[in-house]
Amino acid sequence: MSTENKAKEPLFSTKNLKLITKQLNLSNPITVQVLGICSALAVTAKLMPAIVMSISVLVVLAASNVVIALLRKGIPPRIRIIVQLVVIATMVILVDQVLKAFVYDVSKQLSVFVGLIITNCIIMGRLEAFAMSNKPWPAFLDGIGNALGYGVILVMIAFLRELFGSGTLLDFRIIPQGFYDFGYVNNGLMILPPMALITVGVIIWVQRYYTRELIEEN
Amino acid sequence: MYSNGYIFRYAAILVIVAAALLSLAAMLLKPYQDKNIAIEKMGGILASAKVEGVETANTIKAFNQFVVEELVVDKDGNAEPYKDGKMEDGPAFKIDMKKELYKMSKGNAYHLPVYVVNKDGETIYILPLRGTGLWGPIWGNIALKDDFNTIIGVTFDHKGETPGLGAEITTSAFKDQFVGKKIFHDDGSFMSVMVVKGGAKKLPEDMQIHGVDAISGGTITSNGVNDMIHDVLTVYLPFIQKNRKQ
Repeated sequence: MSTENKAKEPLFSTKNLKLITKQLNLSNPITVQVLGICSALAVTAKLMPAIVMSISVLVVLAASNVVIALLRKGIPPRIRIIVQLVVIATMVILVDQVLKAFVYDVSKQLSVFVGLIITNCIIMGRLEAFAMSNKPWPAFLDGIGNALGYGVILVMIAFLRELFGSGTLLDFRIIPQGFYDFGYVNNGLMILPPMALITVGVIIWVQRYYTRELIEEN
Repeated sequence: MYSNGYIFRYAAILVIVAAALLSLAAMLLKPYQDKNIAIEKMGGILASAKVEGVETANTIKAFNQFVVEELVVDKDGNAEPYKDGKMEDGPAFKIDMKKELYKMSKGNAYHLPVYVVNKDGETIYILPLRGTGLWGPIWGNIALKDDFNTIIGVTFDHKGETPGLGAEITTSAFKDQFVGKKIFHDDGSFMSVMVVKGGAKKLPEDMQIHGVDAISGGTITSNGVNDMIHDVLTVYLPFIQKNRKQ
C-alpha cells in the first residue's frame, strides 16, 4: 500500500472523508439509491436486530471492499462477479458463525437475513462500482460510509417501529404504564413490514425537505 | 487479456483459500455454538415446566437447580435414573432424539431421555419431542404432571417453518392451549393431544380435553405437531403406563 502513495495523500483528506459523509445523506444507499430495502423492512421491528444487522453489514462490506481492492489487479474481468460473490459469501458466513457463537438470541431473530446479506445489492454494488477501481484505503472508507448510511436509516426505522409498535426501546419500557391505563394502545401495524415501507417513505420525504440538492428539476 | 489457464488457476486458488478460512472458523467457533445450543435446549426444558425467571445468563444454573433427576428409558419402559452430579453432564441430556428415533425406526435398541423437575415441591416429568413440519424438523418438550396424564406446558421450536403461519407454533397463544389437556381418555385409553383443523370445538364434548386448535394457514405444520406428539408419546408409552397412577 505505502509504495503506491504518490503525493502522500493524508489518510483523512477531505476527499476521503467525503466517501463517508456523502453516503450518510446525499447518496444514502436506502433513501436515495433505494438499495437494500428488503432487509430494511425485515429486521427493523425491534431496535436490537437492526443494530446487529447494521454492524454485520458494516463488517461484511468494509472487509469485502478491502479484499476486492487488494485483488483488483489480478481479478480476471470475465469471472469478476463470481470472485466478488465468493468474497462476500465467505465474509457473510464468517459473520453468521460469529453471531451464532456469541449472540445466539439475536442470531435466531435475524435467522435467514444474515445469510441474505449476500444478496444485499448495496454490497455487490459497491464492490463492482468502487472497490474494483480504487485502492484499499478509500475502498475501506467507502464500505464504512455505505454501511453507516444503511445502518443509520435502519436504526431510525427500528426506533420508530419499536417505540410505537411495542412501546419499548431495546426491550426497555419507554411509554409508561400510565398511558396504557389511560387507554393508549400499541400500534400493531408498526410491527408489520408494510409500515416499515411507509416509514422509509416518511424518512425520504423529511430528508428531501431539508436537502434541496436531492430535489429533481422537474 | 487473461488466459483460460490463469482464470482456472485463479478460481481454484480463491475457492481453496475461502474453504480453508471457513473450515477454520467453523472449527474454532464450534464449542461456543454447542454451548449456546445446549443452553437453548435447557431453556426449552425449563420453559415447558413453566419455571419462571430463566434467562440466557442463568439457564445452566437454573437447570442444575430445578432438574433433580434424569432418566434414560429403554423400549420396555425401564428407567435408568441419574441423580448425583451435574444435570448438564447427565446421560439423558446427551441423548440426541433424532438418532434414537431413527434407531427405533430401524428396529434397533434405543434409549429415550426423561427429565424430572421439582418445582415448589411438585414433581414434573418432561419428555422431549421431535417430528417433521412442512419445511424441516420441528421439536419441543412436553411437561406432564406426576399422574402422567395432565399437561403442565409445552414448548415447540422449528428449523424453518413459514413465518406468520407454521412458525406460529412457537407463540404462547398456541402453546398455552395445551395447558391442562389430558393425554389419556377417562376409560384409560391413550388419546394423545390432537391439533384439530377448524378448532377443538369440532370434537365431541368428551373429547375436547384432548384437542387444541390448529393454526390457520399452517395446516401441515399443525399436523406435524399433532403427529409428533402422538408418535413420540407412543414411543414413551411403556414408560408412561408403568408409572401412571390409575
